Amino acid sequence: MDAQFFAMGGYAFFVWFSYGLSAIVLLANAFLPARKEKMLLNRIAQRVHGTKENS
Amino acid sequence: MNSAIRSASAVTARDLRRFVRRQQDVVQPLVFFVIVITLLGLAIGPESTIFAQIAPAGVWIAVLLATTINLDSMFLSDYQDGTIELLVLSATPLPVLVAAKILAHWLASACPQIVISVFVATILGFESTVIGALVLTLLLGSPILSLIGGVASALTVGLRGGAMLQALIILPLYMPTLIFATAAMHNAALELPIDAELYFLAGLAVLAATLAPFAAAAALRIRLS
Amino acid sequence: MNLPFHKYGSPKYFYSWSLMLSPWLIGFCVLLFAVGLYTGLFVAPADYQQGESFRIIYVHVPAAWMSLFIYVVMASAAASGLIWHVKLGDMIARASAPLGAWFTFLALVTGSLWGKPMWGTYWVWDARLTSELILLFLYLGYIALQGAIDDRRVAARAGAIVALVGTVNLPIIHYSVEWWNTLHQGPTVSKLDAPSIAPSMLMPLLIMAVAYTVYFVVVMFARTRCEILEFERNAAWVKERALEKGVV
Repeated sequence: MDAQFFAMGGYAFFVWFSYGLSAIVLLANAFLPARKEKMLLNRIAQRVHGTKENS
Repeated sequence: MNSAIRSASAVTARDLRRFVRRQQDVVQPLVFFVIVITLLGLAIGPESTIFAQIAPAGVWIAVLLATTINLDSMFLSDYQDGTIELLVLSATPLPVLVAAKILAHWLASACPQIVISVFVATILGFESTVIGALVLTLLLGSPILSLIGGVASALTVGLRGGAMLQALIILPLYMPTLIFATAAMHNAALELPIDAELYFLAGLAVLAATLAPFAAAAALRIRLS
Repeated sequence: MNLPFHKYGSPKYFYSWSLMLSPWLIGFCVLLFAVGLYTGLFVAPADYQQGESFRIIYVHVPAAWMSLFIYVVMASAAASGLIWHVKLGDMIARASAPLGAWFTFLALVTGSLWGKPMWGTYWVWDARLTSELILLFLYLGYIALQGAIDDRRVAARAGAIVALVGTVNLPIIHYSVEWWNTLHQGPTVSKLDAPSIAPSMLMPLLIMAVAYTVYFVVVMFARTRCEILEFERNAAWVKERALEKGVV
């Protein structure tokens, strides 16, 4: 890991932009569904709980 | 078989009568078509050499846009007054009736467009070979546009934002047609043969005519289920 | 219609077995990415013509492959929903589309970032890039249609028609764009048609391709589970699971 590696033979911007953007898109797409699944489960649980208390 | 042909021609005739009654559905897309070409001329400027190079492609872009905007008139009024449900329930196979409706739409919207585009091309001073190529590509290409458009129109009829959605769905599918048609006109301008492009367009037209009525019929059934 | 995957293909079973499988797949995926990135960035030698910039290949080509692969997955899943009424097929198709669009977007952006040092501009009307752009439009049309129809079942079937029409058109679009490209520019040396690629350069590419595929499977599973929860929110087993796992 040195400056020469990060310089990518003068193509640093193109290489790291590509890798960085790919990483951001892939990570965001991985985490959002996981969070959504939790949120949906919570919402359904709250709804079920609410109907039980009312009845 | 005979009864299928009879009901199909009845559907076509009925739609054509509707277009005669509601002339704005025929006239407005034509006006739109001419306006797009005028805008193109204004944007490029009066230097005739550049315009002469770009105009054949511009005419085809105008055709694509006018067709896209015009597709609403294929199923919308029948959808609103409930005729579509009668068609779906009728004893005649739905793809046949849908094909009849697409044919009526093609006759009422694409045919006048071909005539107008010949006038426009003559006024703009296209070479006669280019005008010939324009007519041939429109004759082979516009059925493809109507057929693919029929599928998207059946899918989006009556939806909010349907027109935009329809354009989004079909314009990518129009690209092969656009490529072959403009390539033919490009070749015609250079006095090269255009057979290959016309064969491609004819092939696409046959493919679309075989598959699109079934897809459009399935789409209508889904929307009405 | 008695399909062999009838039982395991029901949303309920899919939910539990995909959940069970996920940790293993995630581990495998992370391992593949680690190995692929390490060999791609450190082990593979620089290209003798393109220098270090060729390393973009390891994020560009897998994304381009995935963009097509996911379209096929989406269309087949949608077709199974349309023809055999496999509910899971509808859900997988709906879950796959945004991922496919994102991979297409990545393939486009990394492709033009690679093109800038090679061609001198970000965008050239290269046949592959142009086809990829049209593919992105196809995905966006499908997603827009899904968003416009409120009834999920109708949306899934309408989407299936669009996906199938797109599948018929994809090869036509691809070959017509290629033909158009050679017509206008003359045969260009495509950056991907290298006559031979050294094994030390190829290995990381294959590893990254597998990593992307496993990644897609993991995320598609998670998105499909969300679809199931939304679609079957009134089913008894969903309520039970929510009471077990959810925070009230």
